[in-house]
Amino acid sequence: MMAEYSAFSLLANALKGNKDWKPAWRKPDPKASYDVIIIGGGGHGLATAYYLAKEHGITNVAVLEKGWLGSGNVGRNTTAVRSNYLLPANTRFYEHSMKLWEGLSHELNYNVMFSQRGCLNLAHTPAQFDDYARRGNAMRHLGVDAELMTPAEIKRLIPALDISSEARFPVVGGLMQRRAGTARHDAVAWGYARGADRRGVDIIENCEVTGFLRDGDRVTGVTTSRGDIRARKVAVAVAGSTGRVMQLAGVETMPIESHVLQAFVTESLKPFIDTVVTFGMGHFYMSQSDKGGLVYGGDIDGYNSYAQRGNLPIVDEVMSEMLALFPGLARVRMLRSWGGVCDMSMDGSPIITTGPLPGMYLNCGWCYGGFKATPASGWTFAWTIAKDEPHDFNAPFTLDRFHRGLVIDDKGQGANPRLH
Amino acid sequence: MLITCPYCGPRDVIEFTYQGDGNRERPDPASQNFEAWNAYVYDRLNPAGDHNEIWQHSGGCRAHLRVVRNTLTHEISSVGFARGDHASAARRNAEDKA
Repeated sequence: MMAEYSAFSLLANALKGNKDWKPAWRKPDPKASYDVIIIGGGGHGLATAYYLAKEHGITNVAVLEKGWLGSGNVGRNTTAVRSNYLLPANTRFYEHSMKLWEGLSHELNYNVMFSQRGCLNLAHTPAQFDDYARRGNAMRHLGVDAELMTPAEIKRLIPALDISSEARFPVVGGLMQRRAGTARHDAVAWGYARGADRRGVDIIENCEVTGFLRDGDRVTGVTTSRGDIRARKVAVAVAGSTGRVMQLAGVETMPIESHVLQAFVTESLKPFIDTVVTFGMGHFYMSQSDKGGLVYGGDIDGYNSYAQRGNLPIVDEVMSEMLALFPGLARVRMLRSWGGVCDMSMDGSPIITTGPLPGMYLNCGWCYGGFKATPASGWTFAWTIAKDEPHDFNAPFTLDRFHRGLVIDDKGQGANPRLH
Repeated sequence: MLITCPYCGPRDVIEFTYQGDGNRERPDPASQNFEAWNAYVYDRLNPAGDHNEIWQHSGGCRAHLRVVRNTLTHEISSVGFARGDHASAARRNAEDKA
């Protein structure tokens, strides 16, 4: 496929007054039936459609999105990409994702602005530093880059950070993954959408699924706000809406709770921090966007919610944590805040599997780490849909692992979704 | 978000600790019904709408409360004691104030 965006096409279109650019995806009406329907036009659904078409030659595919493309969590996250996990199942999966990220702009011929600026987890106690050493060793054991940093090295990397012994929680070291970084979240949605569209996938916006068509147990399609659509295979990739959609299919309970996570951005500053930094004595993470705004967030609000907005206690907590690390930011104004609905699983790890009903495929449980997983989630979900069995990368991420005692609890928090 | 504690009246959510889904039924501790235990520990209704949940007024009277809250709007429609004597508590509260 010839590159649609190139220096040559840019020049040629500029000379013609930029009148001939094609929309990045069509706006087709839904057909009566498809080979595969993917419910959810977020990053994961679009990536799944792209890899179904590209890797498996399955192009008679519809992606159904209830709002507009990218209106959900793919446009609401804090854009960090990393693969610094402890448990092998997670490390292998997220490292596969990292490798896909590293080639993604080229793969999609779409600049997703993937910037490997590193991700530094700060340690504030010797025990925490030891724990990071253990995690770093676990990562390196599986071929993922990790290095421990001293306070002096950290100060050179992030001059604005308060590493003095007078800091509320003095920094004793950190764990750095250099290959981690950030990406432009909207571009990821748009790039996958265009790649899928050009291969024949119908991306249908403003099309809300209202129910499932069934033949006995078997799922044979969906009812939508734009009519009934049949399909041999129906894939669900709806993140925070998993509970609602599965209830439409008659699955009453799931090992999932929906929670709201808030995120924040400040006014634009001159270059301030050129890595992703996380606080170890609470839950806080921050990076600086190319526009100059500091993009940051912390914990989920901590109660079940489908509202894409949160409450003030978390706002207060996140700001406090920011100032504990960077007292110099006290006068910087916050520009915007927003919320996204996260599908918190009972062990903090995702679910990518066939079933639970015949004809159905399920992708959920991303907690608040779904953005970095987008390429591997789509890649493994497409594999699972095409072959009716999981790839090695997602084989551990079953739905029945909870009842079988095979949980993948990276943080060791137990079945308490608000703590993952 | 304000939660109206039966003892303390309307208080900011920051005074409360969320203890999760109140629909779950803990099996008898002696039960060896693994499915019932698994369901208790892992399975959630996770409704979009009214949700029956448990909160503790940890920054106040420390009572455990059963709250019905809409997960789409965060609107709270009822608060009672988790142990279930909501009416008597509300009455006591009213008498205390009188």
